Amino acid sequence: MTEDMIVHGVEWTVKELFVYPNEFIYWSIQIVMYPYMTGLVAGAFVLSSLYHVFGQKDLKEIAQFSLVFSLALLPVAALPLLLHLQQPLRAMEPLLTPHFTSAIAAFGIVFTVYGLIVVSEIWFVYREYFVHQLEALRGSSGFWNAQRRIAYTVLTFGAKDVSDDAIKVDHKAAKILAGVGIPVACFLHGYAGFIFGSVKANALWMSPLMPVIFIMSAVVSGIALCMLTYIVIMEFQAFRQRRKGGAAEAGETKGAEIDIISKSTRYLLGFLVAAISLELLDLIFRGYTAMKSWDILRSVMYGKDFVNIFVLQYTLGNLVPFVLLLLPGRTIKRTVLALLLVLFGVFMMRWNVVIGGQAFSLSFSGYMHYHIPIIPHSLETFKEGLFGALTVIATPFVLFWFINKFVPSLRRGIGET
Amino acid sequence: MSCSRRDFLKDAAGAAFVSSLPLSAFVVLTADEAKAAVANATVRWGYLVDTNKCTGCGMCVKACKNENEIPYDSPVTRTWVERYVVTKDGAIHIDSPDGGRDGFTSDKIRDEEIDPDSIAKAFFVPKLCNQCDNPACVQVCPVGATYKTEDGVVLIDREWCIGCGYCIMACPYGVRFFHPEHKVADKCNFCYHRITKGMMPACVESCAFGARRLANLRDPDDPVTKIITTERVAVLKDEYGTKPHVFYLGLDNSVR
Repeated sequence: MTEDMIVHGVEWTVKELFVYPNEFIYWSIQIVMYPYMTGLVAGAFVLSSLYHVFGQKDLKEIAQFSLVFSLALLPVAALPLLLHLQQPLRAMEPLLTPHFTSAIAAFGIVFTVYGLIVVSEIWFVYREYFVHQLEALRGSSGFWNAQRRIAYTVLTFGAKDVSDDAIKVDHKAAKILAGVGIPVACFLHGYAGFIFGSVKANALWMSPLMPVIFIMSAVVSGIALCMLTYIVIMEFQAFRQRRKGGAAEAGETKGAEIDIISKSTRYLLGFLVAAISLELLDLIFRGYTAMKSWDILRSVMYGKDFVNIFVLQYTLGNLVPFVLLLLPGRTIKRTVLALLLVLFGVFMMRWNVVIGGQAFSLSFSGYMHYHIPIIPHSLETFKEGLFGALTVIATPFVLFWFINKFVPSLRRGIGET
Repeated sequence: MSCSRRDFLKDAAGAAFVSSLPLSAFVVLTADEAKAAVANATVRWGYLVDTNKCTGCGMCVKACKNENEIPYDSPVTRTWVERYVVTKDGAIHIDSPDGGRDGFTSDKIRDEEIDPDSIAKAFFVPKLCNQCDNPACVQVCPVGATYKTEDGVVLIDREWCIGCGYCIMACPYGVRFFHPEHKVADKCNFCYHRITKGMMPACVESCAFGARRLANLRDPDDPVTKIITTERVAVLKDEYGTKPHVFYLGLDNSVR
């Protein structure tokens, strides 16, 4: 069979016992990435809002960073969907002819609304900075300075009033947007959970708890990624300061960092407990009610996917970091390890939902195994393979590097509200 | 004449209330209801499978693949035949090699030899799209590329499908797949291009045993409709609330 005649899903699906002929793992790694990345966006935003709305002053430093980082993550939430579509050139159709009985139809709208909220909040937070930059660049010469001047002129949108009253209005607007943003961020992600939870044909997915579980684990992963990236960047800056001979300053940075990290950890643990409780409730409920599908679900959970679910997700991804973060005498290194495990655990949760939900046949009489394509030999095996997923993971960091050139989220004393 | 703000608001609210009363006499129809009210309601396609008559020859699968241009050697198919072998110990053995396209020529089920003396019952079950009255696939399509026609058949617009796969996930019967050439969702449509011209679907035409038959459920004189309405028929996976319109005679409890 020629390359373009290969049936979608055949290359990475292995069937066992009786599976309907048309059944394959149609939703593969990119659909694992979609809720994972959306969750990171929502979580990053919620972390920033804890400061902006609820006035958690101790989170100020990381809040600015989280806000900007959630903007960098935002386009990447839609990227996996685009990579997954069989007809990517028709990606705009859900906006053109939305069919609102479908949970996916509103994605474009929710996503756009959320994007506008994030962008406007960042604008209100950093407008003062843009104006100051513009003033500082006035009269400077050189090609790049001219480019930066143009960029900042555009970024101010002509609003150059930096009087106290104007700044106060800015801060108020940012606060309102952050407040509105929390439900919208939760909706964006709870809605991703709804996409799965409402598929009545899938015994594993169908659960009204799915959206709530998704939101809780989203916040967990978002906070973890923000903390992790924040630590890495701060450590790198401290390292650079030490190289320059500023040992005292480096020490000061470190002190502030540990303070922020221990406070963020509290929120992380809270949401982690909520997420695990809900997941366990779901599991117990399924076992207790033992509907028709329970036989096959049990054989998948306790048999085929036991390592993925109970070893990798619950033990390594939840229990171990939980203990690591709670034990006294926490160090930055141990925190980093715990955060990496938390991120891995949430990823495994997405994997176990998306891939695990397709691990058994609709006939309840057979299984399907997913073998992720590693070395791509066609566009499809690239897009829906390891390298496609790595592309998705790498993109937000590249975007953040670029955005951070104009919106310095890591410098202290800028854009405080 | 003076008019305070309070009076103005009072009068305005009153006027709005009074003028809205006659409006409440009208009923707002949903798109489906409006269509049903004006559509020619003389045809609702249904289908009858008599599992007692199916021999598992696979001619229907062959005919379907050729008629509907589904690549012959690809594993996906719009219709398929399942073989069920229930042994005396209660175990259910099911297979459908290549969708049953080439018939069931081997006694083995997935390389497993089954002792003929241990068999309690064995039979074949053809499967196809159930053209549900409440189709989950139509509900979840984000762009409306899959839709139900007035005569009850669910169709797919190949020019508009974005290939997200949500309909494939939503179908409890596993009848949907991605077409290997067109890269859009595909499934059985009762050979819509044939039945709207007075012909029979390819699978019905090719079945030498009369195991597969098309019915116009709105025509009480249709012989197949008569069987469906007067005999004991069953549908697959009733519990999903999709209201399937492929009816089975002799459906066994072991059928998935």
